[in-house]
Amino acid sequence: MTSLPENTGKKLGLVIDLDICVGCHACATSCKEWNTGGYSAPLSDHDPYGADPSGAWLNRIHSYEVGEGPGSKTVHFPRSCLHCEEPDCVTVCPTGASYKRAEDGIVLVNPDTCIGCKLCSWACPYGAREYDFDDGVMKKCTLCVDRIYNETIPEEDRVPACVRACPTGARAFGDLGDPSSAVSQSVAARGGFNLLEEFGYKPVNKYLPPRTGASDLDPAIVTQPERIPKPDGSAVERLFAWADQALSR
Amino acid sequence: MSKQPAIDLNDPVGDRVAKTTCYMCACRCGINVHLRDGKVRYIEGNRDHPVNQGVLCGKGSAGIMQHYSPARLRVPMKRVGPRGSGEFEEISWEEALTTATDWLGEVRTNDPKRLAFFTGRDQSQSLTGLWAMQYGTPNFSAHGGFCSVNMAAGGLYTFGGAFWEFGDPDWELTKYFLLFGVAEDHASNPIKIGIGHLKGRGAKIVSVNPVRTGYNAVADEWVGIRPGTDGLFVGALIHELFQNQKIDLDYLVRYTNAPWLVIQHPGAADDGLFARGEDRDPIVFDKATGDFASAMSVETTPALTGARTLADGRTARPVFELMAERFLSDEYAPEAVASQTGVDAEQIRRIAAELAEVAFEQEIVLDQPWTDWAGRRHDKMIGRPVSMHAMRGVSAHSNGFQTCRMIHILQILLGSIDCPGGFRYKPPYPKQAPPWLLPQGALEDIRPREPLGGPHLGFPLGPQHLLLDGDKPSRIDKGFTWDAPMSAHGLMHMVINNAAKKDPYEIEVLFMYMANMAWNSSMNVPGTIDNLTAKDDDGQYVIPKIIYSDAYYSEMVPYADLILPDTTYLERWDCISLLDRPISTAELAADSIRHPVVKPDRDVRGFQEVLIDLGARLAMPAFTNEDGSPRYPGGYPDYMVNHERKPGIGPLAGWRGADGSKTGQGAPNPKQLERYLENGAFFAHELKPEQAYFKHANRDYLNWAVEMGFRVEPRPTIFQLYCEPVQAFRLAAEGHGTRQPPESHRERIRKHFDPLPFWYAPLEETMLDEGAYPLHAITQRPMHMYHSWGSQNAWLRQITAANRLYIHRSLGAKIGVVDDDWVWLQSHQGQVKCQVRLMDGVNPDTVWTWNAIGKRRGAWGLSDDSPEANQGFLLNHLISELLPEGGGGYRYSNSDPITGQAAWFDLRVAIKKADGAHETEPLFEPTGTGGLAPSPDKIAYGAEFKRSGR
Repeated sequence: MTSLPENTGKKLGLVIDLDICVGCHACATSCKEWNTGGYSAPLSDHDPYGADPSGAWLNRIHSYEVGEGPGSKTVHFPRSCLHCEEPDCVTVCPTGASYKRAEDGIVLVNPDTCIGCKLCSWACPYGAREYDFDDGVMKKCTLCVDRIYNETIPEEDRVPACVRACPTGARAFGDLGDPSSAVSQSVAARGGFNLLEEFGYKPVNKYLPPRTGASDLDPAIVTQPERIPKPDGSAVERLFAWADQALSR
Repeated sequence: MSKQPAIDLNDPVGDRVAKTTCYMCACRCGINVHLRDGKVRYIEGNRDHPVNQGVLCGKGSAGIMQHYSPARLRVPMKRVGPRGSGEFEEISWEEALTTATDWLGEVRTNDPKRLAFFTGRDQSQSLTGLWAMQYGTPNFSAHGGFCSVNMAAGGLYTFGGAFWEFGDPDWELTKYFLLFGVAEDHASNPIKIGIGHLKGRGAKIVSVNPVRTGYNAVADEWVGIRPGTDGLFVGALIHELFQNQKIDLDYLVRYTNAPWLVIQHPGAADDGLFARGEDRDPIVFDKATGDFASAMSVETTPALTGARTLADGRTARPVFELMAERFLSDEYAPEAVASQTGVDAEQIRRIAAELAEVAFEQEIVLDQPWTDWAGRRHDKMIGRPVSMHAMRGVSAHSNGFQTCRMIHILQILLGSIDCPGGFRYKPPYPKQAPPWLLPQGALEDIRPREPLGGPHLGFPLGPQHLLLDGDKPSRIDKGFTWDAPMSAHGLMHMVINNAAKKDPYEIEVLFMYMANMAWNSSMNVPGTIDNLTAKDDDGQYVIPKIIYSDAYYSEMVPYADLILPDTTYLERWDCISLLDRPISTAELAADSIRHPVVKPDRDVRGFQEVLIDLGARLAMPAFTNEDGSPRYPGGYPDYMVNHERKPGIGPLAGWRGADGSKTGQGAPNPKQLERYLENGAFFAHELKPEQAYFKHANRDYLNWAVEMGFRVEPRPTIFQLYCEPVQAFRLAAEGHGTRQPPESHRERIRKHFDPLPFWYAPLEETMLDEGAYPLHAITQRPMHMYHSWGSQNAWLRQITAANRLYIHRSLGAKIGVVDDDWVWLQSHQGQVKCQVRLMDGVNPDTVWTWNAIGKRRGAWGLSDDSPEANQGFLLNHLISELLPEGGGGYRYSNSDPITGQAAWFDLRVAIKKADGAHETEPLFEPTGTGGLAPSPDKIAYGAEFKRSGR
């Protein structure tokens, strides 16, 4: 059993805007690219050119339809560790390899003490942990802990690789423990929600819902000006009369 | 609680950052390549770069696996087994270049047209085109004929610009965005960035697409249109705008040919041409003077309506009247198009009303004075914040040219071209409409060892500009003939077919670059393979010699006789030139370079490097000094700096002049590439605020464009609602003029060459029993993959290694299939067996799949049991490169009759359940592996970067 910090100073996490995400996988591949050479190195790939290619990814995108018929919608859903406030994946860890950082709430795995027992992946209801079969240890989103404080890179780049790459701006990074932060404000404004709230793990990451319905303009504009009744040609005549105004070049 | 381990939070990313340009697709984003110990550690977007502004897509972010692909070719090769066997022998570069020089030299000496040089997804057409001109063959183009020529030609003939590379929506100011037929491609990151901006601002996005994925999934409104009917939908929108008088008349009078008078003289040789004055300028009727006046005069009040009698007694009517009659006709009424398009009449009506509301009631006024082409000062810029973008879904149909023109006319009627909130040109566009560039390569101009007089591709104004000698086509692809008179990008998709049939003539050498013609870049793959391997009675291949350059072991490689291995995008020099396919934005004239950021670990050379070398070996004037020595001994970078197209104008526009102080025009600067490298591998010149909009008629912009060499003179671009060159071809079909189409083509030309855009049914379906093939079949490109290149990418193929055929739930229920069941998909050309997936967000009469996921066994370094080869499939096998036989026995190319654009979205199919299948059909024999080492069964990329202390 591994214990949790009583209180984290910050609650660093991601806010993912499902209204904007187009499902391009940039966050997934940029994550893979950064992390295969970063804190979690390597993120191994098995049978990469064969019948059943698979590998460790810390972020995956699922595209699916919600509902059927005219009301149905296509949703792109990026999925990674939510850095829960009360994560069972940490408390089940028999060696203390899984831990939640006291200073910022990031949930990490210490690869030196992970024994690859996979209890944590069983405990996580979000499927956010991935066992690296070739490396023999559990891998998971680190919130790019090796980027966000890294003084060797420009300050504006000290964000997770997924946020850095996202072409539509659907991902934001910040302190969700600070109500005045930009991420907290957007959660408040847009009705950001927790994934599987009822499980009680208190995810730090939040999702912003797709805006409902098209922002249709005032239906009044659909009202047509009075139409000249048939016969044919009358619309043309009316248009020509209107167009026969003095227009200078 | 356990003690937290200490971790290194400040590990440097790498030991070096190199800024260059991505090549994972045609988007050409700026990238920062972080290198550690000579290996690629991480690739991110360059924040300063005009194209991607720091972001990077799913493909670009997987660049490491592209660069280190085991399918990379390693060394030049010559074929030793039969074509297709993949049996090669490694040879030296000297032997490869000597062989190529011998083959090419002999043809150049005897009959240069017997070289067909086509360059696929080439981003260096200003060089490859120059090389082909210098060689003297008429047979050159890149892949535009099967990609986007309908969009390019439709736009350039109409308003001197086009979507994508030539213009963008005003992402910052537009309030209403209409997106036609775009999945991922063209462009990638700019559209994603733009959609993010639009959504953030609450602008409305309406997507018109048979499939609701990607961008279409986040649109505020999805119009699930039936493929090939966009022209009816747009025509109905125009109908509504005319009906409700929601037209920007001022804009039409000022910037378009709406008031120009068109001669009404049925049966005569001048019917449908513009009435012209003594100075040959078109004329208008000036209401102020009650007389005719030059259309170019600014001192007029031109009439938009009213038939006039010309001095010689002929009648003429303004374009506006003809156009209004066309679109106000009942055939474009929303009710009339509803069943064919699958779009409800009320929805069409509402969208038209919304367009008008936003354009006219929500106009944008910028406090920015500007001066028009006639010197008149305007104290504000007034915008109609409606913008549009269209690509594949319009382009790849045989009615794409006219449909594309119709979309532009919709934009123009709303007054939304190059205004705040509308569509914006990207320099060097706008050009004149059409650009002043005629196709070169008439048979009488082809002489041994002599260059052509000019570029191959251009914009004919009538039959006089066709490349025909009598009835004989000049080009192997029959470009610029009666088959496809305005084929401004050539017809690469017809080259192999025509060459194998020796129609119009035999070729000796087929030379291709980066074009997977033996697989997903051809229509009718089995037929193409037959053509590549066809033999004469004497046992010799009908296409005697094939030279191919590619970086990877693609399906095309086994069919070539001589392989010139190219580098990866991180190992090469390149220039993305304003002479070619610019990376400009609406506010920046920009170009960029690639440079080698890692050294090849193989014996490979950049194709452009090789081309310059061959140019010197073949003693082409542009590549040789007078003493016969190579003009660019330093290879491609030497060419990039020192080549001048005209004095002072070269491939790169930035830091010209001996001291680097000149932009656009200036002497070569020996330090130019250093300056590019210092600036992150790109150059960008920012337009002044007074030049930012109305570029087609903005004096400050036009004068600057002349200085830059973009335009010949500062006359405005006048939008051609009515396209006179099109009418010139129609007149020929009606029997006028000396250059006449063959009888077999007359009716086809007469019908489709309408100077006002109109909708007609895609050609293939009109020649088939529609009941037998009730469904449309189209493809989309996945956002995380591009063309074939994604399949070898160890990361990307974990996302998609096999494609499914997506069908509507109602269709699934009808034929009794559920997810992953197998079906036969049949066309008049052939059949393919594949697995289905059911969905809601697709037009019920349409099935679709991801493009180019299916692979042939042996290629791309994949194992023979890979999903790509065994479950993945191509629709290409179903698409015929020829239309069914029509009257007279002639089989036309399956292309747009105007531009020759390959009509691969016209495909019609039938579907039925297949029983007991576990692999796709047709399943092709493995290609051999070209001597490449087996691919690894495990990757632990990055383990070498792990340092102690973590």
